[in-house]
Amino acid sequence: MPEPLLEVSDLHVTFETDDGPVRAVDGVSFTVMPGETLGVVGESGSGKSVSSLAIMGLLNRKQADVTGSIVFKGEDLLTLPNDEMRKIRGRQISMIFQDPMTSLHPFYRVGDQIAESIIEHESVSKGDAHKRAVEMLGTVNIPRPDQRAKQYPHEFSGGMRQRAMIAMALSLNPDLLIADEPTTALDVTVQAQILGLIDNLKDEFDTAVMIVTHDLGVVAEYCDNIQVMYAGRIVESGDTDDIYYGPHHPYTWGLLQSIPRMNETEDRLTPIKGLPPSLINLPDGCSFAPRCPYSFDRCIREEPELLPTDGHHADACFLPLEEKERVIREELRVRA
Amino acid sequence: MLLVLWIISVLTFLIFVKLPPGDPARRLAGRSGTPEVIELIQERLGLNDKLTTQYARFAKGLVPWPGLWLNEEVYFSYANNVPVKSEIVERLPVTFTLMAGGVVLWLLIGIPTGIVSAVRRRSAADRSAMLFALIGVSLPNFWLGMVMIFIFFYQLGWAPPTGLDIGASLPESILQGKFVLAWITVAITSAAFYARMVRGNMLEVMSEDYTRTARAKGLSERRVIYKHGLRAALTPVVTMLGLDIAFLLGGAVITEQVFSLPGLGEYALQSLSDTNTPGVMAVTIIAAIFIVTANLVVDVVYAALDPRVRYS
Repeated sequence: MPEPLLEVSDLHVTFETDDGPVRAVDGVSFTVMPGETLGVVGESGSGKSVSSLAIMGLLNRKQADVTGSIVFKGEDLLTLPNDEMRKIRGRQISMIFQDPMTSLHPFYRVGDQIAESIIEHESVSKGDAHKRAVEMLGTVNIPRPDQRAKQYPHEFSGGMRQRAMIAMALSLNPDLLIADEPTTALDVTVQAQILGLIDNLKDEFDTAVMIVTHDLGVVAEYCDNIQVMYAGRIVESGDTDDIYYGPHHPYTWGLLQSIPRMNETEDRLTPIKGLPPSLINLPDGCSFAPRCPYSFDRCIREEPELLPTDGHHADACFLPLEEKERVIREELRVRA
Repeated sequence: MLLVLWIISVLTFLIFVKLPPGDPARRLAGRSGTPEVIELIQERLGLNDKLTTQYARFAKGLVPWPGLWLNEEVYFSYANNVPVKSEIVERLPVTFTLMAGGVVLWLLIGIPTGIVSAVRRRSAADRSAMLFALIGVSLPNFWLGMVMIFIFFYQLGWAPPTGLDIGASLPESILQGKFVLAWITVAITSAAFYARMVRGNMLEVMSEDYTRTARAKGLSERRVIYKHGLRAALTPVVTMLGLDIAFLLGGAVITEQVFSLPGLGEYALQSLSDTNTPGVMAVTIIAAIFIVTANLVVDVVYAALDPRVRYS
């Protein structure tokens, strides 16, 4: 059994606000193996982005209270001093963000910005760093990379900017790439290209990838494993087939049901009724219970733990397995 | 640009001829002014000509061509019979010195204060800096000037008496410390303003996505603040600075008056009270030229800093 690349244990991130503590991440544990592609799915406010920021060490520790452990290649990142973390950030773990329009600095040339991260982490000459930057731009399929490297971000299209971000993130051959909503701000056609690009490059660079998104369609094709987050907790996790063909959590059911089918005619979409809970006043029992059509007594009193049913397919729901299987068979419109 | 300047010259002329605070001829005639003398002076100065003729005369003197520019026939001070051009040439360096010293001082104080405030937001340093900034922005500069003179000249004797000594050259006056209090007065208000502006811009820039990307690359905090943050935060500051400099060059009227510094501002004030129309026209146009030029320069500098603004 190879060693896990990243092991997050009981991560809690709480923000102190005037209205009370906001429990953005409320006890999250998961593992990422080398070379794995993990999809982290959840709506806004589910804690998926904050978890990523916690892994990168980008949370302001004066504003956010972070507890638990994030062990990366044997080291707990949460205990590392800032200088040590800086060496890991951008080099061994890198991150790309949602909006490529604003993620690149408008005043500096694209090639320079990529070279900057190379120069920061490796002792290479500026010339070499620039050459590598141009190479990386070529690797992400930007035509005429030598010319493009001398241009400014506003001269790039959205898709190209995201490619440039990917080039920047992979330029130092990181072990883990975290992509936070990488395609949300892009056109649908461009989305496919970007995801395909990440998929190809992860093999070429032997990088594990965490794709954080709210879009189930995105993770279906490119991820090995998926974890579904709700209200700061993981409510279900497993490999892609399990989640899509045999999901065990009512929230996942709701998510799958709400996807419009292009090959059927529907009059109305099927949303999940209700709203996510306030992260300041989380309910006592299961956070999803207020919205769950299958909830019963125990759900309101007790908080379900994330427990595996078979292999590493785990869910946090008190419904008995037979009941879940019944729902899958009878009530979900499962794709053939 | 030329259109703007032309309009300004017309407006200034109309204001000072149509609404004169006094008749220059009468003033020049003095006590012994009989109606005939006044008549004569009016003739000499061309005050009885049609407005358009009078304006044309002044306008000719505003053309920046040797021989025409502030020519001595027209641009002769009504008040003290000195050619306006030589007055201005004498006074411009004084104003420039006042401006330069003030600018350097306020940039040295204001910008670092703004940066520190932004980076250590809500700390004691930030709060006290912003309190001083608030006070600095609120103090009227004539009051501040007078208080400085009172404390540092009258009470403590540290500063020299106000006003430049007759016969002393400008460098000599600077070395005598004649400008120090004036510099401080000019600087305090602006430093406060700039500190607040830099703080605001820095806070905004530091929360931008590209700053987060810079941190995600593992760059040192210093690099993130200065290379990524400051460069973006300073572009509006540069714009402001250009306009402030132009404004001061047109004459920091109040400060020059309080400290008795014979600069352009003080000349403007004098010309107004002496109904010295040529003087007024000349100073106004020069000030306008400074401001219009500064606007152009600022646009160019902004484009140099921010590639998004450039014409491709």
